[in-house]
Amino acid sequence: MERTFMKGNEAIGEAAIRAGCRLYFGYPITPQNELLEYMAAHLPEAGGVFLQSESELAGISMLYGAVAAGKRAMISSSSPGISLMQEGLSFLASAELPGVIVNITRGGPGLGRITPAQSDYLQATKGGGHGDYNLIVLAPSSVQEMADLTTLAFELADKYRNPAMLLGDGIIGQMMETVTLPPAMDQGESKPWAATGCEGRERNLILSAPYTDQELMELNMRLQAKYARIKAAEQRAECEQMEDAEYGIVAFGISARLALAAVDDLRADGVKVGLIRPITLWPFPENAFRAYPKVRGYLVVEMNEGQMVQDVRLTVSDMVNGRVPGAAPTIRFLGHGGGYVPTATEIRERVMELARLLREAVGASEAVGAVRTASASGSVPAEGGRRTA
Amino acid sequence: MTDKVVFRKPQCLTDKAFLYCPGCSHGIAHRLVAEAIDELGIRGRTVCVSSIGCSVRCWRNFDLDVVQGAHGRGLAVATGLKRALPDKVVFTYQGDGDLAAIGMAETVHAAARGEAITVIFVNNAVFGATGGQMAPTTLVGQKTTTYPKGRDPGHVGMPIKVSEMLAQLPATAYIAREALSSPKHVLAAKKAVRRAFEVQLAGGGFAMVELLAACPINLKLPPVDALKWVEENMVRYYPLGELKSPPAAPPARAAGGTGVGATGGEGAGGRTCAGGGCQ
Repeated sequence: MERTFMKGNEAIGEAAIRAGCRLYFGYPITPQNELLEYMAAHLPEAGGVFLQSESELAGISMLYGAVAAGKRAMISSSSPGISLMQEGLSFLASAELPGVIVNITRGGPGLGRITPAQSDYLQATKGGGHGDYNLIVLAPSSVQEMADLTTLAFELADKYRNPAMLLGDGIIGQMMETVTLPPAMDQGESKPWAATGCEGRERNLILSAPYTDQELMELNMRLQAKYARIKAAEQRAECEQMEDAEYGIVAFGISARLALAAVDDLRADGVKVGLIRPITLWPFPENAFRAYPKVRGYLVVEMNEGQMVQDVRLTVSDMVNGRVPGAAPTIRFLGHGGGYVPTATEIRERVMELARLLREAVGASEAVGAVRTASASGSVPAEGGRRTA
Repeated sequence: MTDKVVFRKPQCLTDKAFLYCPGCSHGIAHRLVAEAIDELGIRGRTVCVSSIGCSVRCWRNFDLDVVQGAHGRGLAVATGLKRALPDKVVFTYQGDGDLAAIGMAETVHAAARGEAITVIFVNNAVFGATGGQMAPTTLVGQKTTTYPKGRDPGHVGMPIKVSEMLAQLPATAYIAREALSSPKHVLAAKKAVRRAFEVQLAGGGFAMVELLAACPINLKLPPVDALKWVEENMVRYYPLGELKSPPAAPPARAAGGTGVGATGGEGAGGRTCAGGGCQ
């Protein structure tokens, strides 16, 4: 194991090369350019192909061709560029091709700016393009995880023949930390389905368009069965101090690191709070929530206008409907799009507000609205434009 | 008594019937490609990239490894394939809507990079699969469902001469245009198609053959009249012949000729694939 000091974007590149990535395609866009440039400098040294594409539209189709040939391949971009790739992502999913896509996110909508934001959660986790499909979506929260989850993305993509996305914060992409690099691997198992020329075997077809209506239905059923297998086997989350927690913070990526500081502060004050940090954003780690049915309230912290909180609500709603004993937590949201970064202080105050709300609500559940009014006029600081849902 | 075989289906074609409309030129284009691959003995190491349009299901007929790309992205998909498999033969089979409308950026940049890919560009001057809308190659005055009074250059400009445009790019190796409108032209087209594969096999760059094709159903003409329309109208605007050929090999023939003056070698050993390991 090799320990070094690297930028997040470069750690992705080095981990990809070590994972056997032999073709990389990319188009310049900030804040992911270090990855593009790292691959330009180092992939040819490893005997691989670096190719700067004329657009993200072309780049994702180059990836489609490279993975159809059975090679491990990757493409990276940032939010607006990922929007352009949605056609190709839908085609990759329909043709059941692997391939790793890196999105080092920036603030949107539109061109937006390179300010920090986690506003691509819904695009990444709900398919993003047309049709019913899912990407496997991994969310690193450190430079170490930029490397580790890149390795995992290649493995899962190959295992399920499904595109896998690394959804990384611009902050972590630009940040330097120590990282233990994974050992070099080969390209993974051979791919008998790949289109390499039919010498000595039946021909292989990599198709996105089924021939008949029936075949399209069958493709959809096959994809959904695969997604069910992924949901059952691949949920990942980090749970910090959740064993005795009455309150849980839910956050991914860089938000989770800020939230962890708040957890430490609150624990020091005797508040029983923990953190659930989804690592797989799709599949969403529902099991982590089911493991803690006694949590009374969750605060979801995101750098967007409330995207992952939708999945938390769905998960909790399913738990209640599925009668996980005791489960009926209240859910609150802290977040904003367009460049907002929450502070540990803000998160701590919002957890205390949630705790107070739940305390006062005991025996007065019919008066929740009044409680909220009282709470807002109490010691809670001004909202400063931040949202609670 | 043994029968003498005088004509047979190319090995690179499956037994499935063509799905194309009566009088459509795709069947001829498919056959020319299959014959060239058979003759060069490269079936076992060739990958086809299909496009979106009438030929979206060419995998039914080409008995080859086939990768189906998104609309217009054929040359980006082929770039990824060829860069991953530099020792294999990669070709795209694309219509004019796919290659010259939505896929023009991918086409121009693959040509500019000199990707060692063979491109079969079937130009029938119309969007066929979607029902006869105007294409970038639709002729002036030609009636389509989106411009029923005919293409007006004042409104939508002039048809794009893709071959001439790409021939100007330094990294393109071989660019030719032929028509599938008569036996004479089909024979010339066959030579051009084969040459486009030979250039790739010789390690050359981007090689494209534009095949002028008839779409009787959207021209609203009987098949024979549609072929006549290609000769009388398309060939006039889109002149035939080689626009560019690698200097190492002599030019195949003069524009509009009969296809004599075959190119040099017979490629990679002739018909080596028959009965080989590429079933």
